Amino acid sequence: MVPLSYYLLLSAVLFSIGAVGVLIRRNVLIMFMSIELMLNAVNLSFVAFSRFLDSLEGQVFVFLVMAVAAAEVAVGLAIIICIFRNKATVNVDEINLMKG
Amino acid sequence: MELTLFVIFGAVAVASAFMVIVSRNPVVSALFLILTFFCLAGLYVLLNAQFIAALQIIVYAGAIMVLFVFVVMLLRTGKEARRGYRLIFQKSIGIIFVVLFLLLLGSITLMVSVTGMRGPYTAEAVRHIGNTQAFASVLFTDYLYPFEIISVLLLAGIIGAVVLAKRKR
Repeated sequence: MVPLSYYLLLSAVLFSIGAVGVLIRRNVLIMFMSIELMLNAVNLSFVAFSRFLDSLEGQVFVFLVMAVAAAEVAVGLAIIICIFRNKATVNVDEINLMKG
Repeated sequence: MELTLFVIFGAVAVASAFMVIVSRNPVVSALFLILTFFCLAGLYVLLNAQFIAALQIIVYAGAIMVLFVFVVMLLRTGKEARRGYRLIFQKSIGIIFVVLFLLLLGSITLMVSVTGMRGPYTAEAVRHIGNTQAFASVLFTDYLYPFEIISVLLLAGIIGAVVLAKRKR
């Protein structure tokens, strides 16, 4: 059986890639995808803990995280469409006015 | 065999996750993100979580990513323009801190051994009653209230999306 630490390490690497994506990219769509990547990295460690502790609670939490992610994507993409309609850009450096 | 599959899925997941953040075209990013989700579904199967693997493909790769690709196509933003010095400073600081964070997380996962109270659902027990049934019996007894609350959250999300995306007159 693959040890738990391998799964946790893979999860940490995926989370860090997502964090780098949020920090270095200025395209709001790709930043949003990086957030999804971080959520999935956390899901992987939840499932790994659930497997290695013989408990299904971790999988229940993954289910809840997926539902929250679906709601978040629907609202977030609607906000992005709104911003694009007003400013005609998806670059976050150009979206810097609260009432712009 | 299991280790081989873990290495294959893990390597493809990390490589395509990397492609998500370096690609300049958002459509390419979205397609690589779908590949990452498929690899994660494979890892969930390796971890005896077949129901979660199916949900991963149906909800993430199916619903959420279709929404993403739809919006990317709708916005037609084109390729991202390269910007000046401020971004280089920003990028280097960001990468340095994330590498430090990764070293911290990695050392924690390698040094600390995980101990905890073990639940009743061993691999043998789950195989006997079936993963989906075991999952449902936990979700609809101990976690019934979170399940109900999540449905309210999804309703709020639907209403919010409709209100926000509605064209103002």
